[in-house]
Amino acid sequence: MGFATASQIRRTATLRPRPESPPARYLASMLRLESVSKHYGGRAVIDGLVLDVQAGTTLALIGPSGCGKSTALRLLLGLAIPDAGRVMFDGIQLTQATISQVRRRVGYVIQDGGLFPHMTSRENVTLKARNLRWDRSRIDARLDELRELTNFPLDGLDRYPVELSGGQRQRVALMRGLMLEPDVLLLDEPLGALDPMIRFSLQEDLRRIFRTLGKTVVFVTHDLSEAAFFGDRIALMRDGRVVQEGSLQDMTDHPVEAFVTEFVNAQRGHLASGHSE
Amino acid sequence: MKLLFVVYFLVGCMTPLSAQQREVIRVGSKVFTESVILGEIAVGVLRDAGYPSEHQDQLGGTRIVFNALQAGAIDVYAEYTGTLIEEILAELNLESDAEIPAALAERGILMTRPLGFSNGYAIGVRGSVADSLGLATISDLRDHPELRYGFGNEFMDRGDGWPSLQRRYDLPTGNVRGVDHDLGYRALGAGDIDAIDVYTTDAEIEYYGLRLLDDDLSHFTTYNAVLLYRADLEERAPGAAAALRRLEGSMDERRIGRLNGRVKIDGETERAVASDFLHDALGIDAQVMAEGLGSRLWLRTKEHLFLVVVSMTMGTLVAIPLGVIAFKVPGAGQAILAIVGMIQTIPALALLVFMIPLFGIFAPSAIAALFLYSLLPIVRNTHAGLAGISPSIEESIEALDLSPGVRLMQVELPLASRSIMAGVKTATVINIGFATLGALIGAGGYGQPILTGIRLDDFGLILEGAVPAAVLALLAQIVFGFAERVVVPRGLRLKRAA
Repeated sequence: MGFATASQIRRTATLRPRPESPPARYLASMLRLESVSKHYGGRAVIDGLVLDVQAGTTLALIGPSGCGKSTALRLLLGLAIPDAGRVMFDGIQLTQATISQVRRRVGYVIQDGGLFPHMTSRENVTLKARNLRWDRSRIDARLDELRELTNFPLDGLDRYPVELSGGQRQRVALMRGLMLEPDVLLLDEPLGALDPMIRFSLQEDLRRIFRTLGKTVVFVTHDLSEAAFFGDRIALMRDGRVVQEGSLQDMTDHPVEAFVTEFVNAQRGHLASGHSE
Repeated sequence: MKLLFVVYFLVGCMTPLSAQQREVIRVGSKVFTESVILGEIAVGVLRDAGYPSEHQDQLGGTRIVFNALQAGAIDVYAEYTGTLIEEILAELNLESDAEIPAALAERGILMTRPLGFSNGYAIGVRGSVADSLGLATISDLRDHPELRYGFGNEFMDRGDGWPSLQRRYDLPTGNVRGVDHDLGYRALGAGDIDAIDVYTTDAEIEYYGLRLLDDDLSHFTTYNAVLLYRADLEERAPGAAAALRRLEGSMDERRIGRLNGRVKIDGETERAVASDFLHDALGIDAQVMAEGLGSRLWLRTKEHLFLVVVSMTMGTLVAIPLGVIAFKVPGAGQAILAIVGMIQTIPALALLVFMIPLFGIFAPSAIAALFLYSLLPIVRNTHAGLAGISPSIEESIEALDLSPGVRLMQVELPLASRSIMAGVKTATVINIGFATLGALIGAGGYGQPILTGIRLDDFGLILEGAVPAAVLALLAQIVFGFAERVVVPRGLRLKRAA
């Protein structure tokens, strides 16, 4: 749990005392995209996107391919720079000057893990901590904690990425993302490349981890059942904007436009056999 | 510019033994048999007089050897007065041999009196052709435009060579080809050409039954053999010049022609032939230390390895950072790749010659040229290796916010290591082959026996250079195979498990 978040929570809490408010930390805005646009080759991939993720919540970004959900995630981390609008991280505007400071507080996990193939799992996970000159015992202790949290086998630590299964690679990527105890975890289709069995067990583990850690999580997926499984809230995107944000129930019962219904229906088959709540 | 300094500095550090050792008199020679024999003879008289001397044989053509003398890379070599007047001192338009010493003195060079024979140019025609066409003089060639000429490369370019001969006699220009002087004889023997330029003391004239055409318009000047030596030789080795002068008037055309013949036709070594001459003409008993194949090979191997190792080390140290810059600095990439690519297209011989004014003769120039040739494969592979890193890895690097140093040294270069190693390997194998050309400018190595072998038409000698060069290239491949295991991280060498 980050201190900055805490300070903001206190401020928010004292400014707006409400009798029936949810737990105080849910009020603080951790990540915010303010009317952000991003063009690639003259085409607007993100078009006046507004997004607000509150501290300690999990948001699933979903939508058809090309809707801009991955780009939205990359904007949050400064991997893409907006052409217009602002990206705010815990009250700090994301700029060249602040990017380092922000990234240190974010863990990032992508579809194929993005692991460095010339390093063992241990080396991959601890690289940044070693560069920051953490002492060894601190590194080892943290690694132990993460290994337990992610259910990663001890003998896997000294294997190279090619020697691991796809699911194990994602666990390593997750450990790497969590190593520095970030406030925010961003995941870009982390389960996208896995076969169904592995995917199922990792989904369970991931949800447990999110709940245990209570971090702010933004999660990109193209699978509505997965979005509903993880997300406190779901943001359905199309053409670089959020069409509707809310729970799966909201989308089924009160779709804001026909596209929402179409999208939900198209994924129904998955819902019937899936493991939504 | 900075780069040149670095190269120059490194080379400077590594060649103290040839640069400033205890005073050894260095005798040079050009790339033809008679010059080499005269070099051996000069070494013989110097040693007999008690001066440690060595022979830098077959340094190159006239320009290279004369420049080496002027620059102090060698102290003595045999030259011909005609060449001095027509070629080396051509811009002075000297009228006679008598004017040469004063002109040379201005350049810090002294000259002995003639050694006693003249070795001029002449045009030689196959006997059968001369008979059937009734050729006796050069003027007679005018009526036979169908004749095929093969002239030595030097003869094609010289002030007194083919261009002026053709003008003087108004000869047909159609069927002229440039060939190596020694290969010319062989082509003529095989009937591929009809006429060549010859040196009048060449032993092959008799061997191939050539008819020399009379120079009826007196185009060719006389080419009296003399020894040139540096004016400062007398200070450094008092009495050495007097020893060299013992050779004045010591040999005539027949005698040198026989010596040439024993080397070129009978296959004796220049050293043995020179030693016989010294004994017969001057009563000097020089020990002919016939080097065994083993010690010869060992020497050549050391020379060759020196060229390759020094140039490759410098090349690698410079090319990898260049490749990184080409990748990292937008805009610089194309420029760097274009420049190193352009260097690669310069013919090896031309590059060697470009290097001579900068680094002088011998190893430094050869190393500089080899260094330049080693750049392209390494720069290109370094760049390709870095550019080939997958977007998801690049994104991970960004997201982890690694510092530029860590990013390069711990992630990008290790990931590109396989490609970089392949580049270094390619460059080394090419380098080993190119290094044989170093012999053209006196850098030694496996090129030396190849060069001599071509000159003497000795296939065995050619193999003596070519085979070890091929073996060395093969060994390099094997060594790099092992090196790859050390340099390329284990994680990149593993096969995917599933």
